[in-house]
Amino acid sequence: MNLRQQRKLVNRVALTLSLLAMSFGLFWLFWILLTTFDLGFASLSLKLFTQMTPAPGSEGGLLNAIVGSLLLVSLGTLLGTPIGIMAGIYLAEYGQHTWLGNVTSFINDIMLSAPSIIIGLFVYAIYVAQVGHFSGYSGVVAIAMLVIPVVVSATANMLKLVPDSLREAVFALGSPKWVVISKVTLRASLAGILTGVLLAVARVSGETAPLLFTALSNQFWTLDMNKPIANLPVTIFKFAMSPYSDWQEIAWGGVFLITMGVLSLNILARVLFRQKHRS
Amino acid sequence: MQPSDLPQAVSESGEPVSMDLKTQIAFRNFNFYYGKYHALKNIDLDIYHGQVTAFIGPSGCGKSTLLRTMNRMYDLYPEQHADGELLLDGKSILDKGTDINHLRARVGMVFQKPTPFPMSIYDNIAFGVKLQERMSSSAMDDRVEWALKKAALWDEVKGILKQSGMSLSGGQQQRLCIARGIAVKPEVLLLDEPTSALDPISTMRIEELISELKKDFTIVIVTHNMQQAARISDFTAYMYLGELIEFGVTDQLFIKPKKKATEDYITGRFG
Amino acid sequence: MAASAITKRKRNLGDFVFSNLTRAFALVTLAMLGGIVVSLVIGSWPAIRRFGLGFLWSGEWNPPMEQFGALIPIYGTLVTSLIALVIAVPVSFGIALFLTELAPPWLKRPLGIAIELLAGIPSIVYGMWGLLVFAPVFSKYVQPLMADTLGRLPVFGELFSGAPLGIGILSAGIVLAIMTIPFIASVMRDVFDVTPAMLKESAYGVGATTWEVVWNVVLPYTKVGVIGGIMLGLGRALGETMAVTFLIGNMNFFNGVSLFLPGNSIASALANEFAEAESPIYTASLIELGLILFFITFIVLSLSKLLLSRLSRQEGSKT
Repeated sequence: MNLRQQRKLVNRVALTLSLLAMSFGLFWLFWILLTTFDLGFASLSLKLFTQMTPAPGSEGGLLNAIVGSLLLVSLGTLLGTPIGIMAGIYLAEYGQHTWLGNVTSFINDIMLSAPSIIIGLFVYAIYVAQVGHFSGYSGVVAIAMLVIPVVVSATANMLKLVPDSLREAVFALGSPKWVVISKVTLRASLAGILTGVLLAVARVSGETAPLLFTALSNQFWTLDMNKPIANLPVTIFKFAMSPYSDWQEIAWGGVFLITMGVLSLNILARVLFRQKHRS
Repeated sequence: MQPSDLPQAVSESGEPVSMDLKTQIAFRNFNFYYGKYHALKNIDLDIYHGQVTAFIGPSGCGKSTLLRTMNRMYDLYPEQHADGELLLDGKSILDKGTDINHLRARVGMVFQKPTPFPMSIYDNIAFGVKLQERMSSSAMDDRVEWALKKAALWDEVKGILKQSGMSLSGGQQQRLCIARGIAVKPEVLLLDEPTSALDPISTMRIEELISELKKDFTIVIVTHNMQQAARISDFTAYMYLGELIEFGVTDQLFIKPKKKATEDYITGRFG
Repeated sequence: MAASAITKRKRNLGDFVFSNLTRAFALVTLAMLGGIVVSLVIGSWPAIRRFGLGFLWSGEWNPPMEQFGALIPIYGTLVTSLIALVIAVPVSFGIALFLTELAPPWLKRPLGIAIELLAGIPSIVYGMWGLLVFAPVFSKYVQPLMADTLGRLPVFGELFSGAPLGIGILSAGIVLAIMTIPFIASVMRDVFDVTPAMLKESAYGVGATTWEVVWNVVLPYTKVGVIGGIMLGLGRALGETMAVTFLIGNMNFFNGVSLFLPGNSIASALANEFAEAESPIYTASLIELGLILFFITFIVLSLSKLLLSRLSRQEGSKT
């Protein structure tokens, strides 16, 4: 085979392999989504939404877990978002060339990918171990700690995209810096920041590990955040790893709900972002 | 433009002087599109073997577009397509069956900004050659040396061939790219504003180089610098809004252009 | 004069408060990191004091006897992550190559979104799917096939021997690979995309094929970013909890090198055992495992960040 044919062959093989790699990735995506929807949908029923988590062998649903998850995620996001936005403002508007700014930015990016189980351990050590019991509040703190890095990063990135000419125009009117930021720059990046918050919510909705040692879980209904509270991920964990088929069925329903929730949030975030950029 | 209108050189006294010209690349009724946008309109043009042809014209006139058709660089971008005839040594290069990689070895290209590959100076030159021929390492050494000498870069880099190509200065990098382009011994060399990113001294050296290189290669150069075109080219094509307005012997085109549009551009009335 | 002086003071006060407020919140982020390290060290102190450095290479995990060692969880963490990388890196490279050079323009966005969806699926879904859907198929069809083919190889055959349980180190590693692919593929795709078109055209210009351009020019050009992306994937794989917990089998003693065997990773040990750890030394040992994991991931993620920011600085200076 002469050189030209050999090179053509190598090229063709390489490009075929890359197509195979793409198909490989898509294969897993479809398999996972299909089985999740298939088995999850089969477990969907009214009682999933109206009854509490049962003991093995009896009927039940996920009501307490769903409500618990909603509480944990919303409170955690409420706690973490303002902190994240403020820190993000610092990084983009004040701390651009400072030591603190650079280090914080670096650390924040690491926290984005850090193991969430470590966060759970940390909150256990400073909160749960101190008060002596698991609680919903500790779960909220853990969730907030996962939300913060995402929001910091989204805020900082969005603010940096705002052109300096806009800032300068407001400064030229004699406005103090904090007004420039809060009334103009922040407002200009709002859609992007909101997208970041949505993505943070999507991410934490499925997090199990940080709740394992904080909110734990609860077989019963409670709205008392000072006690362990039921939540979807930990319940699914318990039910799925059990040998009971009715528990596993309920777990599939829970997995379906979480996946739908996460995917919808992702799509919503994407649509929101594109709309803002179009205008 | 009719192909039979072979440009005539005129001597100082105005007498026509015969030129022994052979067409290397021919455009006939050539059109080019970016998606729906009709970028090049009905181009009829001959590029002569062994001569330096310059494409000039205001920004957006299509001169770079026209240059990039000659090595089918536009193939990389699916929305871009051409119709009409484009012949290299009499054979069409627009056919589906054309071996594009081989075409690009016959028609080389140097770009506006120096683009050294992320490899050693030696490997930069050897890269293209290795694709075309199997060579012993001593033969490759010779070829690398030959290319660098032809590009007037050998003396400056002969001791540092293993260093990265990106460690050279801007002017040196561009000469490296020229050496890389000629190492595969192409027939035609396409230069797309090769000195626009360089300082005046490097520019001058490259212009000298081009005058030397035309002994071995057919050269087509796109330039927005009219004085450069007047300095180094034998033939000039003036383009405007995707059309070929005038083509002729450089000295004649600049001193006594046939069309008013050409004269307006050259005298700086616009552009 | 007086009026403007008053407003100036008010203005300065507003700026003073706001800038320090934001600075305080930035410090919160730093404090979180510091707090994590400090609390983990304090929490694991009893175990550090009891077992010392030998904790790192002791294979004992005996709760009733209160003897603990990190070797098996560390081994499980490293091996599953290694398996994940071995699979994910070439696949991600292939995907990135496809997305940047092969895919027609109308396909690029949907495929890109599909890959991002893979990253968005919560790890508990991977875990449950892995255990209840993937593992049975793996044990019934794939593992026997592997044992018959790869298991017969001279040196490496040992790795693929033993009962086809479906769960175990190998299946945990495979599911981990699938989770890691989207991260590495996105980074690779992003860095391939910023390769200047002129550079690629120069390579095409000397007659190179698409593969030759990517392998000889694009990849060396983006080398730093590619490695940064791989380290990012590694960092995430090391800390991944739920998917591994469902599949690794939670076995705390060493039975041999076969990848078909169950084992434990640091994250899965924590997930499985923390809530029920009775004795303080048990808890402290688990926390020490967490500390070790934190250090490993911190180093890997820092390296990744350094490499990736070096690439973006390189990009900035090139234009």
